[in-house]
Amino acid sequence: MNPILAVALKEFQDGLRNRWLLSITLVFAVLAIGLSYYGSLASGQLSSASLSTTIASLSSLSVFIIPLIALLLCYDSFVGEQESGTLLLLLTYPISRGQLLLGKFIGQGCIISLATLLGFGSAAMLLAINGNVTEVFSAFSLFIVSSSLLGLSFIALAYIISLVATEKSKAAGIALLLWLFFVLVFDLVLLGLLVGTENGFTQQGLVQVMMFNPADLFRLINLSALSASDVNGVLAVAINSDFSPFTLILIMLAWIIIPLFFAQLIFTKKSI
Amino acid sequence: MNNNILTLTSVNKNYGKLKALTAINLELQAGEVLGLFGHNGAGKTTMMKLILGIVKANAGDVSVFGLDPNHKSAWEGRKKIGYLPENVSFYDQLSGLQVLSYFARLKSADKKQVAELLEKVGLSGAQNRAVKTYSKGMRQRLGLAQAFLGEPKLLLLDEPTVGLDPMATKDFYNSVDQLKSSGASIILCSHVLPGVEQHIDNAVILNQGQIVAKGSLTELREQASLPVSITTQGINGALKEAKTLAGFMVSNNQLLVPEPEKVKVIKQLMTFDSISDINVESASLEKIYHHYLQNSQALNESQEKSQ
Repeated sequence: MNPILAVALKEFQDGLRNRWLLSITLVFAVLAIGLSYYGSLASGQLSSASLSTTIASLSSLSVFIIPLIALLLCYDSFVGEQESGTLLLLLTYPISRGQLLLGKFIGQGCIISLATLLGFGSAAMLLAINGNVTEVFSAFSLFIVSSSLLGLSFIALAYIISLVATEKSKAAGIALLLWLFFVLVFDLVLLGLLVGTENGFTQQGLVQVMMFNPADLFRLINLSALSASDVNGVLAVAINSDFSPFTLILIMLAWIIIPLFFAQLIFTKKSI
Repeated sequence: MNNNILTLTSVNKNYGKLKALTAINLELQAGEVLGLFGHNGAGKTTMMKLILGIVKANAGDVSVFGLDPNHKSAWEGRKKIGYLPENVSFYDQLSGLQVLSYFARLKSADKKQVAELLEKVGLSGAQNRAVKTYSKGMRQRLGLAQAFLGEPKLLLLDEPTVGLDPMATKDFYNSVDQLKSSGASIILCSHVLPGVEQHIDNAVILNQGQIVAKGSLTELREQASLPVSITTQGINGALKEAKTLAGFMVSNNQLLVPEPEKVKVIKQLMTFDSISDINVESASLEKIYHHYLQNSQALNESQEKSQ
């Protein structure tokens, strides 16, 4: 068997065995179904929310949860194997470091992607039964694709952490800090700059800065496909940007490939 | 081109300022079993990593199956190499069978071999249990099974018998002998292994990254000129009377005799009518090891003083 496939298969089976796939899928499904049926409760109405409201609230929740799950799933991928001695052993096998990295990425990436597909997909199914099928599927397919990409991007970032850290506990700490930075601190700083400096930022400039954060990118992708009336907050400013969802997805892909490339670079230089 | 499986030529390896290995020359023929001995931190593991292509030498040449193990072209050759690391705990969540199947897939080894090897190391009964429930000895046996995957032509075994019970140790040495007769070369790495003498062709003793002794056990014994210990029973006081023997006596019934004198002394002992038993013991590997280690330490100290 191709060594990349062998590693990918093992990682995927691990994900099944320790119930990662099952629990992530359940979390996503509960979130999505809950929000699509009861999302309007907060505004005092008891009717199923409009599709764009659902997607908007789903994406603002997912942007916290998906990166966290991806980091939790993968922060110990390398440092854990290094601690148990299996990394050293694996490297004596006919498999290159790049193949090992890629194999792990494929295996664990499949877990995240499958979970988003099944979890959010189930909600889409339920909505489609009661509503306009084509509308639901076009909205959800973009959401599912971008969610998977967000997960993959944070997996790649988790690998960098896992390769840099010398101990599992340190890797966990760094992962948590990274998560805080991208989902919270980044936006707060941005907001602060926006409020603090008058005319300091043009709308275009703001959107460009957001490209440096995969979490914001994810929000942009999903919100840019929606009608502006359902969105409030900082992001409303960015919605009318010139970027098409397609361009944004390409940038998101870069957020997967570039961290993976760096992970590979660190891995080749790493002494075991 | 010679037919060495492995050649190290004046290899140096440093970790920063620490000199892990200095001026190492080593050759390994097909079917040769080499014992690599040294204390903790003597450079044994570093040497293995060099041979496995995990680290690069700072100077000198490493050649395994005629190729640089660091080079891409040597990857295929890795299928012919088996390695047992010193401390490996494997994947706790997986069963023994799953762990071994994973490694078999990576090595493109035959699936049937997995069951055979589990049987061979005596883990068939526990193959479906999670590795985290395994004892130290069982993990070690799983590690050995892993190293024997494929048809290894070169085996590097780091402390292979640690944690093994006497039966498993015997089985292990049987496997070593089998592999050797099938033409595989083996490096056994250890502090000192009890009972390893009969199974190794050559020994290398490492101290602080340098080879302090190299050769077959007989050669090493000769070089070290360690005495043979002869214990007799039934003679008692009569030994003292014999003038030629009295000089070798260390206690009432024990003699320490230099190797060349051995046969002469035994012949003489046989002339005693009262002798009921005799036990001749050549210097053990452990004694040889200590001898070379002390020599090299004494040498190092005198060098330090003169500097």
